[in-house]
Amino acid sequence: MDPPWTQSDPLLTPRPYRVTRNRRELQDTVTLELESGDGAPLSFSAGQFNMLYLFGIGEVPISISGSPHEPDPLVHTIRSVGAVTKAICGLKRGQTLGVRGPFGKGWPLEAAIGQDLVLIAGGIGLAPLRPAVRQVIAQRDRYGKVSLLVGARTPKDLLYLAELKEWRSRFDLQVLITVDSAGADWRSHVGVVTMLISKAEFEAGETVAMICGPEVMMRFCVAELRKRGVVAENTYLSMERNMKCAVGYCGHCQFGPTFVCKDGPVFPLARIEPFFRMRGV
Amino acid sequence: MVSPNSKVILERDRLQTILDAIRAQGFRILGPTVRDEAIIYDDISRVEDLPIGWTDEQGAGRYRLCKRSDQAVFGFIGGAHSSKQFLFLPREMIWKVVREGKGFRFVDTQRDSAPLAFFGVRSCDLHAISIQDKVFMPVDPGYRARREKALIVAVQCGLAGKTCFCASMGTGPRATGDFDLALTEILEKQRHYFVVEIGTQRGAEIMEHVSHQAAAASDLEKAEAATRRALSQMGRTMEASDVKDLLYRNYEHPQWDDVARRCLTCANCTLVCPTCFCSSLEDATDLSGDQSERRRQWDSCFNLEHSYLHGGNIRSSPKARYRQWMTHKLATWQDQFGTSGCVGCGRCITWCPVGIDITAEVRAIRESEKRHGND
Amino acid sequence: METIDAVIAEHPFFKGLDPSVLRIVGGCGSNVRVNAGEYLFHEGDEAERFYAVRHGMVALEIYVPQRGQVTVQTVGAGEIIGWSWLFPPYVCQFSARAVEIVRATSFDGACLRKKCDEDTAMGYELMKRLAHVVSQRLEATRLQLLDIYGPAVDTK
Repeated sequence: MDPPWTQSDPLLTPRPYRVTRNRRELQDTVTLELESGDGAPLSFSAGQFNMLYLFGIGEVPISISGSPHEPDPLVHTIRSVGAVTKAICGLKRGQTLGVRGPFGKGWPLEAAIGQDLVLIAGGIGLAPLRPAVRQVIAQRDRYGKVSLLVGARTPKDLLYLAELKEWRSRFDLQVLITVDSAGADWRSHVGVVTMLISKAEFEAGETVAMICGPEVMMRFCVAELRKRGVVAENTYLSMERNMKCAVGYCGHCQFGPTFVCKDGPVFPLARIEPFFRMRGV
Repeated sequence: MVSPNSKVILERDRLQTILDAIRAQGFRILGPTVRDEAIIYDDISRVEDLPIGWTDEQGAGRYRLCKRSDQAVFGFIGGAHSSKQFLFLPREMIWKVVREGKGFRFVDTQRDSAPLAFFGVRSCDLHAISIQDKVFMPVDPGYRARREKALIVAVQCGLAGKTCFCASMGTGPRATGDFDLALTEILEKQRHYFVVEIGTQRGAEIMEHVSHQAAAASDLEKAEAATRRALSQMGRTMEASDVKDLLYRNYEHPQWDDVARRCLTCANCTLVCPTCFCSSLEDATDLSGDQSERRRQWDSCFNLEHSYLHGGNIRSSPKARYRQWMTHKLATWQDQFGTSGCVGCGRCITWCPVGIDITAEVRAIRESEKRHGND
Repeated sequence: METIDAVIAEHPFFKGLDPSVLRIVGGCGSNVRVNAGEYLFHEGDEAERFYAVRHGMVALEIYVPQRGQVTVQTVGAGEIIGWSWLFPPYVCQFSARAVEIVRATSFDGACLRKKCDEDTAMGYELMKRLAHVVSQRLEATRLQLLDIYGPAVDTK
């Protein structure tokens, strides 16, 4: 019998995955658990992304949100911001979508061994950082102090709330959460996520910072980290550009001399710094 | 018996035999030919298909086909076309997906087609091919399949146009490699012939089927003279040695505003450029909804949508888009692929409807630095 | 018992000030404890106090019809609250609610103003520190204004 799917290059041609679970995270955001059609889990490193394809609708880059050490099921958290993501968010259990990847360079979790970590997430930016948090927790003794700073618009826009509570209850993890505005029942910080940097516990000279969120948020975080003495070589950002082919031939995701799809999405700030503040690059 | 790196003589009246020999090996021959008042690239089989007796006068935003006073076969510069469109196809199906029950199945496209022979490729375009190789060979099986089989017959330029600047970019006028055969046309009152350089074993095998003679030292000297003539006619120059640093220093230069006032963002320059490789991917579903295709087609960084990111476009101004194109071509390309993205063919100058000249834009930035200094 | 100037010497806002300055400033202060849910001051109150928070979190609130009390910022240990005491008409522009038990040093604004007027060098130093806090809050507020996590505005 013919195998149901035969492909040559998994980076160019998608493989079918079945939705085993669709969990609503926020009003416009869901987390999908996916099972590979041929049973082989997709191994990835924290911070990498896949291209998700929906039959007849299109394809979008989405970072992987599961644990690198537990690659099955494949986990993606998707925010509905356009036609394709909206349709993907609406997928039901048992439905199929195409997956190709994983692509790109992820978070420097190996290089950061022995260092303090400060992980900063804004909005949906927690989704690409979640694999890093989970890997760090799984290998907690490899790192010094670890803080996770999370910013969102309002309390009801906080991603992975149950998991955040679990992380916050750990003694070996400093979790600070802030929102832009809140009602009187909110008992944590209100203000931008950059304000949390001064409250994070780390030794600046031995710290690796990993940031994911809107570009403007990352710009201000970088400035704040610098004030605390974290240098550009130890500051990593997950950049976003128009990824289409994901293998570096279509030219859409260029950012200065880099291709975000293959040289990133995670970059040391030192590599992209000249272009990071420029408009229209 | 000829071997790679040797040079022989082919008489003009035997030129057809080389085309026949290539065809006999199963190649589809693509070469320059006259159509719609321009020299284009298309299928050719006979010597008469070539632009014999034609030339093309070029300038910024100007291209005119003219009759020559002689019967030169390659006495022209070249039009908007290059081999790019046959290796990196303007439209190509990447894969197909077929609905099957609740799921679907992906099918790769067929990649076997007749091997291509490019006839009359100039040195600038040879360099363009090797530049595109760096982009596509590692990641694009379709390009790889076409490129690996392709046969290249180069033509050494004996003249240069007003928009040519290959000498500045180190990409010409003489082709020194990356060809199977290279012809230099020698047109004298008494004799019309070609000096043929054998580049590869494949080239040598083709010449086995073509009647030729040994080349004398005087023939080789005439071929060298043709190159010198092209060099002396080179219409434009660009100081290229430090252009990468120059542009990296000048992302915020007022010249970008100046050029943006002239640029129509029509994308012509990117379409005629033999190295520009941007493409977009689109999905087309058939009417039954049971089958869909992933298609790739040429795109341009001058298109607004090129930099689309949910919520807006990164390069929303013509200034940002022109700067992206030119700094990519001349500067960031070097960091991406270890080579400049410009081969000095001049097509972007000729085919720009408002005559924007990449060499003049670089010069304007360079000279303003000289005037105002830089630190 | 620890004196006020010894307590505030530990506070980042006063860090590095000359002991003689700390004594003068401390003369205007007293230590306060505010229970969770209680207010340090309300929007519209006369702005007579300035707080250096030593422990706990304070929510700065603005009342919005239909939405009620909206927290626009929180201020915690090591930070300060209040600059309305500096400028006429000395009215609080927001309310400050203790989210948890708050321990702070509370300063009499009129007393501080008088001492700053008398010793302008000291006054300048304090104003510089206050201006730094104001500029940081302004920068943060600008970022908040952008509503960067809000729904993407599709221009297509």
